[in-house]
Amino acid sequence: MELGEIYPLLRSLWTVWFTALFIGLVAWALWPSRREEMRRAARIPLDDQR
Amino acid sequence: MQKASPASPMGYGMDAEQPYIEDVVRAFVVATVFWAVVAFLAGVYIALQLAFPALNLGLEWTTFGRLRPVHTSAAIFAFGGNALIGTSFYVVQRTCRAALWGGPVPAWFVFWGYQLFIVLAALGYVMGYTQSKEYAEPEWYVDLWLTLVWVVYFMIFIGTLIKREEPHIYVANWFYLAFIITVAMLHIVNNLSLPVSIFGAKSYSAFAGVQDALTQWWYGHNAVGFFLTAGFLAIMYYFIPKAAGRPIYSYRLSIIHFWSLIFLYIWAGPHHLHYTALPDWAQTLGMAFSVMLWMPSWGGMINGIMTLSGAWDKLRTDPGLRFSVTAVGFYGMATFEGPVMSIRQVNALSHYTDWTVGHVHSGALGWNAFVTFGALYYLVPVLWKRAGLYSTRLVAWHFWLGTLGIVLYITAMWVSGIMQGLMWRAYDEYGFLQYSFVETVAAMRPFYMIRALGGLCFLGGALLMVYNLWRTAQGHVAGQPAARAAAAQPAE
Repeated sequence: MELGEIYPLLRSLWTVWFTALFIGLVAWALWPSRREEMRRAARIPLDDQR
Repeated sequence: MQKASPASPMGYGMDAEQPYIEDVVRAFVVATVFWAVVAFLAGVYIALQLAFPALNLGLEWTTFGRLRPVHTSAAIFAFGGNALIGTSFYVVQRTCRAALWGGPVPAWFVFWGYQLFIVLAALGYVMGYTQSKEYAEPEWYVDLWLTLVWVVYFMIFIGTLIKREEPHIYVANWFYLAFIITVAMLHIVNNLSLPVSIFGAKSYSAFAGVQDALTQWWYGHNAVGFFLTAGFLAIMYYFIPKAAGRPIYSYRLSIIHFWSLIFLYIWAGPHHLHYTALPDWAQTLGMAFSVMLWMPSWGGMINGIMTLSGAWDKLRTDPGLRFSVTAVGFYGMATFEGPVMSIRQVNALSHYTDWTVGHVHSGALGWNAFVTFGALYYLVPVLWKRAGLYSTRLVAWHFWLGTLGIVLYITAMWVSGIMQGLMWRAYDEYGFLQYSFVETVAAMRPFYMIRALGGLCFLGGALLMVYNLWRTAQGHVAGQPAARAAAAQPAE
């Protein structure tokens, strides 16, 4: 296969790659076991000691 | 007081050796307030020039064309920039539980270096030295200086993140970091140019034609996206939870909307070039990404406003917080209007009209300035170790004057802009343009006056703030004898 032929395919793979990345990111953020970690992170400005 | 984080149950190890560096933050606060007044004053002056052209005094240095970049740069880079750098130094230390990397010397270099950048840029504008790129007007020698200052700023910020005691990097710092990195990239690429001589101010851009236009608006829109949005969202993510005494509504939403914003914003620039030589597909791409941006923008708005959920009463009792939350409301409004205006068919009516000017100001005055005022009203008592503000009544006055000013401004510009757009495209029965250009200018004059009045209200409110913050820093409390108030202890 010529490089010129696979170029459109590779280019459109970016869409797939970004979609997968975004879904992964949402899943990571919403994963139930991370609830406590997120809760603690949200308190960082309030847990300031000085 | 809350309990210490589990990572450092005994408190924070480096406290004794390395207290937070706050002198330089105080200097940034003073600079923010100073440049705010300069920016608003310049804005009112050029607004009045549009209504009363004789105010340009017939001098080249005071014409609208030269003073307009003074106004925009003073508002965005001087007022906004000092607010962003100053609060980022404050927030990164407190959320990382670590003093600034490198100590006070590089931080002071960033402070004075940045003020020099502003003065050099403004002098250039008034004297007529410009690259003619909107929001990137400074010539090559100013650009090189800013690059140096910015690299030191980046090193301080990233160095502080690396030596942090708190294991997690709080979301406000992500937004600050995105702001610092992206602004560096935009600044360097859009300002690539060749000076005509070493000792002359004049340079030529490395780009030409439609490539130049696209590079410029890739820069211009992402200056909105990463300077005026990501950076100020960082302010929101620290100061609203802090003032409300509640954690952010949803930390998960903050992660999702952060990454969505970062991925989408960078593509939105072409919507500034509808119906130009830019290829159609690129215009459509810019439009599509601008419409998609609505989602992450409103993710941020929901997160900021809902942080008040269960504590709405604080809006009545804390006018500083009222500024921050109203700012987020304006942010939501401006980021809805923006995607609408980016649609090509809407843009056909709105582009080059006052509607755009109104849109920019609902963002700049309503969101950027208001969220900064909220942060300043929180910061000044903390940084100057005062129990509270000099007068909360003055804050309320500032709030209502400012809000009235914005409403006058943006409603006048909506009417004026849509009228202007409709007049430009009106044809008579023979197919000739119905109005000459000067007829549209004459029709807009009353709205120019209303806009100037709105600007005056906004400036008046800001002057109340200057007085209030000055008295606060002095340790005065309204209605109390000065000596007793000065002895008041900080709240925390």
